[in-house]
Amino acid sequence: MRTLLILIQKEFLQIRRNSFLPRLIVAFPILIMLIMPWITTMDVRHVGVAVIDNDRSSVSRRIISHIGATEWFTLRDGAPDYATALRQLEQGEVDVIVEIPHHFERDMILATPQPINISANSVNATKGSLGMQYVLQTIARTLRELQTERGITTSVAELAVVQNRYNPTLNYRHYMIPALMIMLLILICCFLPTLNIVGEKETGTIEQINVTPLSKLTFTLGKLIPYWIIGLFVLTVAILVARLVYGLWPAGSFGTIYLAAMLFIFTMSGFSVVLANISDTMQQAVFVMFFFVMIFVLMSGLMTPIESMPRWSQTVTMFLPPRYFIEVMRAVYLKGTTMAELWHNFAALCAFAMLFNLLAAATYKKQA
Amino acid sequence: MKENVISVRELTKRFGDFTAVDRITFDVRRGEIFGFLGANGAGKTTAMRMLCGLSFPTSGSGTVAGFDIMREGEKIKRRIGYMSQRFSLYDDLTVWENIRLFAGIYGLTPYRTKRRAVELLSRLDFRSERNTLVGSLPLGWKQKLAFSIATLHNPEIVFLDEPTGGVDPITRRQFWELIYEAADRGTTVFVTTHYMDEAEYCTRVSIMVDGEVRALDTPAALKRQFAAESMDEVFRTLARGAKRAE
Repeated sequence: MRTLLILIQKEFLQIRRNSFLPRLIVAFPILIMLIMPWITTMDVRHVGVAVIDNDRSSVSRRIISHIGATEWFTLRDGAPDYATALRQLEQGEVDVIVEIPHHFERDMILATPQPINISANSVNATKGSLGMQYVLQTIARTLRELQTERGITTSVAELAVVQNRYNPTLNYRHYMIPALMIMLLILICCFLPTLNIVGEKETGTIEQINVTPLSKLTFTLGKLIPYWIIGLFVLTVAILVARLVYGLWPAGSFGTIYLAAMLFIFTMSGFSVVLANISDTMQQAVFVMFFFVMIFVLMSGLMTPIESMPRWSQTVTMFLPPRYFIEVMRAVYLKGTTMAELWHNFAALCAFAMLFNLLAAATYKKQA
Repeated sequence: MKENVISVRELTKRFGDFTAVDRITFDVRRGEIFGFLGANGAGKTTAMRMLCGLSFPTSGSGTVAGFDIMREGEKIKRRIGYMSQRFSLYDDLTVWENIRLFAGIYGLTPYRTKRRAVELLSRLDFRSERNTLVGSLPLGWKQKLAFSIATLHNPEIVFLDEPTGGVDPITRRQFWELIYEAADRGTTVFVTTHYMDEAEYCTRVSIMVDGEVRALDTPAALKRQFAAESMDEVFRTLARGAKRAE
């Protein structure tokens, strides 16, 4: 026990003496949390909309004024017909074209209208498709108003195809913040222990340790526990920044968040030690680690929802520890889900933590 | 005759097709200073690493401090000290922090650690350097410190792999005084070196050529055997036959 404390103390002394690491550990979470939520947002603003009004009725004017009234859209004038508007779309001046057919108001009252035609530029897929959803939403709202005012019975779905699943008030920033915290932990807890151990291999100090009776488990714990502490520190900083800058505070309990975070950090740093144990040089370790970090970031639901991935890759995500932690973080942070409801995520994280840390102690070879 | 603390029979290490150490057999007696000589690439370091429990032998057998080198590596490690060719204390820790770290690893109590540290620092005349970062010490000082830390836990045997490489003659002299003091306290010293004047200081000397032990005796007996004036001449005679390139 005393040996372990001495080893942990040694790691902290070395980190403190390093000219770069202490700054990294403090500045990294602050910078990521200040900058990234603005960049990773999927909110779309200022979608250029061209409206071709063939009807010129009170209904069409109302639709246009509603589109012009929201901050999501910028109305572009001067498109007399569809061909002109299409040219504007090609030139990128316009993202979405709305074409209101002739006699739309009259036909709407007669209940046999031609639907409103909406076209979107899909080159910028996010802006185009989200813009189209916004437009549909706005038109649907206008039409619904008209229906109640005038007692029209034609359903909105017949007037324009609306997907009501989209929620325009969904705040992507709040959705991304817990994910960014996880990315921070992945970067810190995957890279730092690997760099540390491979660094000791390269300077030769690890050999001096290998020739002592120090047990593999004590050595491994001595390497892991400092990063456990650092990881929790980084997470705390990130949570505080999220509160101060974005007003986001976990809806659920801190206990649940920190317990899951501890398991996750232990898993990731265990993985990191395994990789360091089987790597001989810094380049090898860093490249292999980078490969895994890419997979963790892109495949475990951090950026894109797992549900929209192909089947095979959904199966792969079952073996990625971050997947379980991301679910916990988002659920607890945004919905206030309790630990009891997330028990299978905790079970999975526990299993991964045990697996990787046993592997870490097993792959550490004192004698070759 | 004194008992053997190291006893090696037909010890071999192969890396693929390359036989680094080829069936070496020798004994080291308690309390002696055993010089382990050989040209670069002769297999000295590989042989020493097997004795220290850092590397598994391919075949052969041996005991160090009464324990089997194949199966009881961790028990051996409790009873030996090792100073590698590369300087391997922590440069970014101070003298005292390095002492405390290794004392802790060997399980010395805080009280004993303090006593040993005071003893060690005054022997090396290092008291003023207690809080100096090891990285900023001159090489000769670092080597003396590394030796002292390798013997911190009073090991039965201390293995030194070219401890005086790149060190000036005066410091080399001081270093050998440390070795003699350790031997006087009963520690067996197993040392490799390229300096033939140092070989003369050893109780017995073995000379490795191409992975084999070609000669083993006291310096005086070896000089007689090879009709040589000095150990330097003995070494040249043997090493001339080496087939391995450096």
